[in-house]
Amino acid sequence: MYTLSSKLKLTAIIFIVVGAIGMIYGFLSAPSSIEEVEQIIAEQGAHHGESHGETAQMEEHQPAGHHSQPQEMHGADADHSSVAEGHESSHAEHLLHQLQNKPWAATYVAAFFFFMIALGALAFYAVQYAAQAGWSPVLYRVIEAVTAYLLPGSLIMLLLLALSGMHFNHLFVWMDPEVVKHDELIQGKSAFLNVPFFLIRAVIYIAGWNIFRYLLRKNSLRHDEADHNRWFKQSFKLSAGFLVFFIVTESMMSWDWIMSVDPHWYSTLFGWYVFASLFVSAITVIALITIYLKSRGYLEYVNNSHIHDLAKFMFGISIFWTYLWFSQFMLIWYSNIPEEVTYFITRIEDYNLPFFGMIVLNFLFPLLVLMNSDYKRVNWFVVMAGVVILIGHYIDIYNMIMPATVGKSWFIGIPEISAIFFFGGLFVFVVFNALTKAPLLAKRNPYIEESKHYHY
Amino acid sequence: MSSKVLHAIYTDDDLLMQAVKQTKEARYHIEEVYTPFPVHGLDKAMGLAPTRLAITAFIYGIIGLSVAASMMNFIMIEDWPQNIGGKPSFSFIENLPAFVPIMFELTVFFAAHLMVITFYLRSRLWPFKEAENPDVRTTDDHFLMEVDVANHKVEEMSKFLSNTGAIEIKLIHK
Repeated sequence: MYTLSSKLKLTAIIFIVVGAIGMIYGFLSAPSSIEEVEQIIAEQGAHHGESHGETAQMEEHQPAGHHSQPQEMHGADADHSSVAEGHESSHAEHLLHQLQNKPWAATYVAAFFFFMIALGALAFYAVQYAAQAGWSPVLYRVIEAVTAYLLPGSLIMLLLLALSGMHFNHLFVWMDPEVVKHDELIQGKSAFLNVPFFLIRAVIYIAGWNIFRYLLRKNSLRHDEADHNRWFKQSFKLSAGFLVFFIVTESMMSWDWIMSVDPHWYSTLFGWYVFASLFVSAITVIALITIYLKSRGYLEYVNNSHIHDLAKFMFGISIFWTYLWFSQFMLIWYSNIPEEVTYFITRIEDYNLPFFGMIVLNFLFPLLVLMNSDYKRVNWFVVMAGVVILIGHYIDIYNMIMPATVGKSWFIGIPEISAIFFFGGLFVFVVFNALTKAPLLAKRNPYIEESKHYHY
Repeated sequence: MSSKVLHAIYTDDDLLMQAVKQTKEARYHIEEVYTPFPVHGLDKAMGLAPTRLAITAFIYGIIGLSVAASMMNFIMIEDWPQNIGGKPSFSFIENLPAFVPIMFELTVFFAAHLMVITFYLRSRLWPFKEAENPDVRTTDDHFLMEVDVANHKVEEMSKFLSNTGAIEIKLIHK
């Protein structure tokens, strides 16, 4: 039986409190009116006189393009001057939305990041059951504990989505009736992208995942006390059913919760891409928690072959993620169709470092560190690679959400880091609390003996 | 100089593993073991050094990557930077995504093929090579351990080997 150390509990609570304070600060410091934003712009202009000059140059550049079409020159110039007048105020309004979105988007990214770890862990757990894996049963209680965050995590997500639906923020442009009125593209999608249907779908996914999680966990505990294998067989069937349900809902969840922040853009492999991200983060967290518990002497039967296997998964799925990232990027870059490519243009221009930096974190680093078979057995190597992978996948989610919600006004500052602290603390608290609820070794699992003596 | 070896034949891989361990313990020198299939853990029992084939593959992969990158940098960027369908050929990095599939494939190609050739060279395998099997049954269902006699007594050794479960022991003058 695992007992939650008071130190860990206190650390988690400190993280939650500090994170909550920072998040409240983030919400309070967001500008509430256009006047405030205009003041910010004025201050920035005073500070960065040179950068202002650059934007002025950019603006001059535009009419030069119009000159190439002489027949429209007059009309275009007249239009331009009127646009320029309205430009100042619409720019401020645009910036106001971005700055108001900032604390919301920071919360949303962190909430989704930790939620997806729990969901990925449940998928990994179901894969282990459905594949009848012989190496992993000694880790089942750790994985089950990670999935314990699924319920709070998904409810927080639902709450955030409902708040967006009630117009507390502008995370989803298509929820704004003013925007939709002037946007034919979104109008065409409104049969799918409308708030009631959106929330109903979210409730269906969340209910489905949590019911599967509840039943799998219950079966696992019941099986310990039983004298027959009925619960185990039922878990096998449940896992197979969950995997079917999961891959459909996960894909739709990624359209709803992530892709729809850019309602003009679509990508067919997006669901897989998000899946790879959540799967590798979940496996990494499982490996980190396993190494932590092992180092505290709680997991008697876990040896370095189990760590080796988890590290192989981290390595393989990292490369799988890169494959999907590159496939999505390269296909759009290559064909360069304006309606698709804007997605990457904003990311490359405004998010250059996070966008390409995450390739280093999520691909190059794990590739080079975890390639060697011996290194995959060395705990500190796996921990180091794991921390980098988790940071990389946070930035991955950040890159998915931020460009559409805060645009150029991004910064990893107090709201972002506080949200990571808050949800990280909550995650640690829920997961380690769940670890205390059951013995750390599944007693009667048919594969437990094989798993105890697993050696690679 | 003629050297003498003993051929001990076993019919079971567990027995063979046991025999290898006992022979090592008795400080007899095992020249070679012939088996019809890979016996898990035999290399560890014999105390063979781990293979470095994976390291060579990694190096070959890096060579393949460099070949691909320098080839396309020369052809597409330096030698004749044409405008093909609007692809930016001003610098390597700008057109990099289009080169990645080839860079990937050549990395795999070099790593795989050069590693296989290295394996053939190191294990001396080629067409028309004369088979080195001391006993044809070792390709089917028998296991053979070749032990160096050196300056041990043949009688004593063969008794020891038959105690390890060998069904046949032969003295071979090489």
